Amino acid sequence: MSEQYLLEMKGISKSFPGVKALQDVSLQLKAGEVHALLGENGAGKSTLIKVLGGIYHAEKGEIYIEGKKVEIDGVVAARHAGISIVHQELVLVPYMTVAENIFLGREPGNKMNINRRQMSVEAQKLLDTYEMNINADTLVEKLTIAQQQMVEIVKAISLNAKILVMDEPTSSISDKEVGFLFETMRSLVKKGVGIIYISHKMSELEEICDRVTVMRDGQTVGTKVVKETSTDDLIAMMVGRELTNYYTRDYLEPGEVVLKCEHISDGKMAKDASFELHKGEIIGFAGLVGAGRSETMKAIFGLAPHMTGDVYVEGKKVTIKSPIDALKYGIALVPESRKEEGLYLVQSVKFNTTIEILGQFISKLRVNSKKEEEITQKYIEMMNTKTPSQEQVIRNLSGGNQQKVMIGRWLATDPKILILDEPTRGVDVGAKAEIYAIMNELVKNGMSIIMISSELPEIINMSDRIYVMNDGRVTGCLDHESVTQESIMQLAAK
Amino acid sequence: MASRFGNGVVKYFKDNIGIIIALLAMCIFLVIFPTTRTTFLTPNNMFNILRQNASNLFLATGMTMVIILGGIELSVGSVIALSGCVAAGCVVNLGLPEVVGFLAAILVGALVGMFNGLIICKTDIPPFIVTLASMNIAKGIALVYTQGAPIRCMTDAFKFPGAGYVGPVPTPVILMVIVFIIAALIINRTQLGRHIYAVGGNAQAAQFSGINVSKVKFIVYTYTGIMAGIAGMVTASRLYSGQPTAGDGAEMDAIAAVVVGGTSMSGGSGRLGGTLIGVLIIGVLNNGLNLMGVDSNWQYIVKGLVILLAVYVDFIRNKKAGR
Repeated sequence: MSEQYLLEMKGISKSFPGVKALQDVSLQLKAGEVHALLGENGAGKSTLIKVLGGIYHAEKGEIYIEGKKVEIDGVVAARHAGISIVHQELVLVPYMTVAENIFLGREPGNKMNINRRQMSVEAQKLLDTYEMNINADTLVEKLTIAQQQMVEIVKAISLNAKILVMDEPTSSISDKEVGFLFETMRSLVKKGVGIIYISHKMSELEEICDRVTVMRDGQTVGTKVVKETSTDDLIAMMVGRELTNYYTRDYLEPGEVVLKCEHISDGKMAKDASFELHKGEIIGFAGLVGAGRSETMKAIFGLAPHMTGDVYVEGKKVTIKSPIDALKYGIALVPESRKEEGLYLVQSVKFNTTIEILGQFISKLRVNSKKEEEITQKYIEMMNTKTPSQEQVIRNLSGGNQQKVMIGRWLATDPKILILDEPTRGVDVGAKAEIYAIMNELVKNGMSIIMISSELPEIINMSDRIYVMNDGRVTGCLDHESVTQESIMQLAAK
Repeated sequence: MASRFGNGVVKYFKDNIGIIIALLAMCIFLVIFPTTRTTFLTPNNMFNILRQNASNLFLATGMTMVIILGGIELSVGSVIALSGCVAAGCVVNLGLPEVVGFLAAILVGALVGMFNGLIICKTDIPPFIVTLASMNIAKGIALVYTQGAPIRCMTDAFKFPGAGYVGPVPTPVILMVIVFIIAALIINRTQLGRHIYAVGGNAQAAQFSGINVSKVKFIVYTYTGIMAGIAGMVTASRLYSGQPTAGDGAEMDAIAAVVVGGTSMSGGSGRLGGTLIGVLIIGVLNNGLNLMGVDSNWQYIVKGLVILLAVYVDFIRNKKAGR
């Protein structure tokens, strides 16, 4: 071995009934590096991480840590080997304090008498070491998602982790918080920790990662030094083909105003937002997390009981008290968090597609199953959703395909105005490009789209105009021809 | 049409194969077992099983909807007592016609159901606690009203729904068929049915989908109340009296039937067809143990173990199927 790796996974194979999830996968992690693990959903990243974390047992392959072969046959073994995983879904106990969470299961003191004081002091010391502005006695439920993530990291570090795996840690936190997170990561790397970093955001790779390993269809495609490669190269490696048009957008002359909103407020996060949307237009809503963008849209969609302000649809003033009213006026909203606000996880693709248009095929105690299947099929094809069948339980689809079913569900209501809240969050690149192409097609056919997004490249490349919000108010509107990331950030902080 | 019906039957067996086998195994055992060989498989005993479990089926149809909705309903047992006492009270104490007494029983059930539904929709109190409270309240009202003594009512008309016959078939068996068909239509062939699955699967998403979540909950709890009222009427009729202690623990039998039938306690999925088998499994089990002369104290233990086993087998099967 020419170089001593901190972690080396060699020839890992793992299959599930009917699927080869991993096939001869290898990964080398050096001490003191941030190593990105890249791949579309379903490429096998999570499976590989679960093998490393001792949750799955690989059929073939070896794992070496600091040159020594180790047998990881369970979560405890992984922890002993110095491996710690910060999962995408946070696993902290919300009703316990930060300190209690950090020391869960290994509280100082003896079994019958936990030394709370010592626990709190030690936790605070750890938090301060990494300059995290968090009080150890706060209840976890009071923290933001980013802070919770940092508590997870501190917990991992306090277990003396040498190898830290972070699974999409930035998918739900704001840019400012991402900054804090990266600083923490840098200081860990300096201390010799190796970090495996999973993310779909290409821009982050350049900022924080040293090397990157790309996976596709359960195999390793290759490992590159981030500085010596380009986003296009990586995307090509991930999807296995050149993506010529990542963003598809044909700008058209916008038509008349279809939606005009004045002084929208929900009494909480949305304070005073005014904007208008023309026929055939995509308008983007940019801003930091917590700027009130989603709340403004929810208010318009009839989900805020204390909403004030005026909404005009095609010139006529309308009152929208519930989503039922909104759908009646041709407004559809695809919500931000798929799992919480959108999906019926235990139900089928078919159920999830047709839940809003039941009236079209159920009446007088009759279900027209044929029609239901036709409708479902139409939107599966339109969105190019990959699913084995209409009866497939949606929980088993990848994030990108779940999102496609979601968009299909709201398209089935035949809206004039489609509001997409973070439409590509947690969606892999291939599916992202497809969603952009579909959005382009929809506006060409006369639909109007509002897109909320925290990904600036996406919002800049897809929108006709970009509204920027801060603290519940619209702070400016930028044209796609003159917009830059900097001009958006300035307005976002205004 | 005929082939679609055929498909439906095939799907029904496929969906419920585990518990159907369990039910058949129990029946075969009882047909072979020496002490029950001559007594189990007689028309009389078959009708007996159905009649004794009519109430449980009424409750279980409502309970299936409640559990798919992600809730629970504990007050149905007490409603059996209260509505039965009201039915008998109307006839005996107020001299009203039996029909009015029966309608009053159903109305009492509906009122308790509406009370549950209203509190569950308007507050954030969990259904478990709301219905635990109404269980005690309903039981208390029944005891206060009757002063703890049964109200006997021996008229033929009063005996009809629970102990009467239509031709050779016991009336409660006919009611069972009607109630089951209505419930099946609601769950499988109406928008409301889909909405129940949606609200139970993800209430927040249902709200985004333009479903009136409160209305769905209110209707389901009211429906379940009505079913409990009907169960109360049939039970009082079968016992020739309104008894303040009737229906004790009936809610647990209904929940058992639903979970044995494969409906998940976490909401969002479940099958009414499974519940039917669940009711029959519990019915045949009770009947079989009685015929075998098993001591009633031991019956509880056996019943508990069978419930655990049935749910566990179903759980394993679903896990294998990747559901």
